[in-house]
Amino acid sequence: MARLTSIVLDPNGYDLPDHQRRVLRWTIYIGYAALVAGVFHGLANALSYAGITILGWFPGLRTYYQGLTAHGVANVLIFTFSFGNAFLPLLTARALARPLNTGLLWSSLIALVVGNILTIYAVVSNQATVLYTSYAPLQAHWTYYLGLALVVVSTWLALANMLVALVGWKKEHRGDRIPLLAYISVTSYVMWLLASLPIAVEFLVFLLPWSLGIREHVDPLLTRTLFWFTGHAIVYAWLLPAYVSWYALIPRQVGGALISDSYTRIVWILFLLLSIPVGFHHQYVDPGISNGLKAMHGVLTFGVFFPSLATAFSVMAALEIGGRRAGGKGLFGWVGKLPWGNPSVTAQILAMLTFVLGGATGLVNASFTMNQVIHNTAWVPGHFHMTVGSAVALTLMGVAFWLIPYLTRRALFSRKLALASAWIYTIGVLIFARGMIAGGLDGMPRRTFLAEAAYSNPAWRLDGIVTGIGGTMMFTGVMLFFIVIGLTIVAGRREGAPRDIPVSQTLTAPAKHGWELALDRIGVWSIVAIVLILIAYGPFLLGYRIIPISPGFRLF
Amino acid sequence: MKVHTYEKAFLAVGIVVLVACMIALVYASLVHGIHLPGSSGRIHPAEVTNTPPFDKPGVYQRGPNAYEAIMIGRAWNFQPVEIHVPAGADITFTATTVDVLHGFNIEGTRLNMMLIPGQISRNQYRFKEPGEHLLICHEYCGLGHHLMYGKVIVHPAGTPLPES
Repeated sequence: MARLTSIVLDPNGYDLPDHQRRVLRWTIYIGYAALVAGVFHGLANALSYAGITILGWFPGLRTYYQGLTAHGVANVLIFTFSFGNAFLPLLTARALARPLNTGLLWSSLIALVVGNILTIYAVVSNQATVLYTSYAPLQAHWTYYLGLALVVVSTWLALANMLVALVGWKKEHRGDRIPLLAYISVTSYVMWLLASLPIAVEFLVFLLPWSLGIREHVDPLLTRTLFWFTGHAIVYAWLLPAYVSWYALIPRQVGGALISDSYTRIVWILFLLLSIPVGFHHQYVDPGISNGLKAMHGVLTFGVFFPSLATAFSVMAALEIGGRRAGGKGLFGWVGKLPWGNPSVTAQILAMLTFVLGGATGLVNASFTMNQVIHNTAWVPGHFHMTVGSAVALTLMGVAFWLIPYLTRRALFSRKLALASAWIYTIGVLIFARGMIAGGLDGMPRRTFLAEAAYSNPAWRLDGIVTGIGGTMMFTGVMLFFIVIGLTIVAGRREGAPRDIPVSQTLTAPAKHGWELALDRIGVWSIVAIVLILIAYGPFLLGYRIIPISPGFRLF
Repeated sequence: MKVHTYEKAFLAVGIVVLVACMIALVYASLVHGIHLPGSSGRIHPAEVTNTPPFDKPGVYQRGPNAYEAIMIGRAWNFQPVEIHVPAGADITFTATTVDVLHGFNIEGTRLNMMLIPGQISRNQYRFKEPGEHLLICHEYCGLGHHLMYGKVIVHPAGTPLPES
């Protein structure tokens, strides 16, 4: 084996001060609590497809759509960003071997908590049953928009914390390459900063003043476009923390190595450049947007598939190196030698495998001819439960199996139960997605209370039952996860917890000179990204005449 | 930067697949005429019911083998709720909404549009066979969203169409 290079400054370890670890731990707890809270509504939604209504059992929940709003907000907004807010700064600090800024750490947590309280109030009191996409002119209570805006602010504060650490490190290490783990952690949230600006404008300039009565009308196509301006890149903001784990931690956890430093940095730059100028592929069947722009975004969407292809190779290669080092022989012999007994690894490998199907179905969505067959049908949630619902959710569950013990200094409560949760969830999501995708191809709509719909189609019957069975298994998997993590926190043994973050090594070290140094110019690449965004969105934004025409509707 | 041979091969295959998909896209839209709804004009949602053509929703013959269906979505129904069209003719669907976002999806076809307040949605479809299709609102539009649907009844070519 060639000489290996660490992806952090100090491979021997670095511990954040205890008071900072505590803030990160509570940030993470909010995320996992949101995951668990959100899947109750997920179960109700999945069972509705099977014709079963369990909404009556939920105290304080009046309608199917209120539950669906709670499911979306809790599971894709609060869960993912709470995790990212803690995980990425933690890794940045580890990579640079320096503490974070305590003031920024607390302000990020406070913004997140206040944002959560406002959002939960609005959703639970049934004043924000607008689903997580919050399309105007359905109008939510102002606490909903302000709450979610504060959640976005918390992510900016988390990024600010990482940038402060990075700038401080740079001053002391002039001319050095940024340690890879810090580079990918910071770049993930730099991408999100750019991506989050349109939704910040949507909420703060339009929807919040409108919900307060300061504005009387909004332009629904404009606010919807601003939403999707952020709305596709947001999925990469959820995905990139999972990718950080796959690239930077999983190789170590399987005893392998990451193949290339430069390659990894290029993948992150491609995500920075291509995640954002693709939003119109969510609006293929919208009126008022030219087909030329839709086609351009379609091509760029195919482009952003490329770094994920590259990831598939890189991550699988790292796994193979680990499997062969453990004695795996032949073409596939190494697969069996991977540490399948380690729930953190197993959950994440299952997440990767499910993501292959998620990516393939995503290509169908991106193809504007086929998109017309499946747009807003059950196919779409079938697809994204194999991306954010597995590649992200299952990876974050897998990360929890070492991260919670690391942060609490308590050993994982039960390895077997943890393994069971990952397998049950994976099998569940595959069954669930099979039902949803088949239903979608038969025209079964998404976001619809099918159990009590005024219409039906005999073809949906079996698809709905399959969806319900899969959803029930997913719910069971998350409940087992909750039990394992909850008992780890309160009753885990005091010894046997991991003392360091599992940071990997690379086979090819970062170059000391040459063109590769330019990869570290995150600021310059951000400017290139902004130029690309302006090319992709400029024609629409410049040519669009804003006509505020819609008063608020509260039809819930 | 050294790139491994297997990696080059993997990425090359990936790029070929992506490019092939894009060629298929272009082929489908040029040769089979599969288009998306684009820019078809704007309308004030409060004025829809007294602005032509939406003041008289229904199906109208526009040419020897061409029809236009004028439709309105509102919480929580379509107007007209049931339309009659002939098989084998080009049907242009022109629709908009008077209140919130609605979906406009004719089950079993690729006719799939969003209705957005202030915008006119338009796309064309040709039904090959007679039969009945559900018209489903597939965008959440409030508490009664799952009650919002309509019907498209396709009649054999050449038979007289009932009033829509």
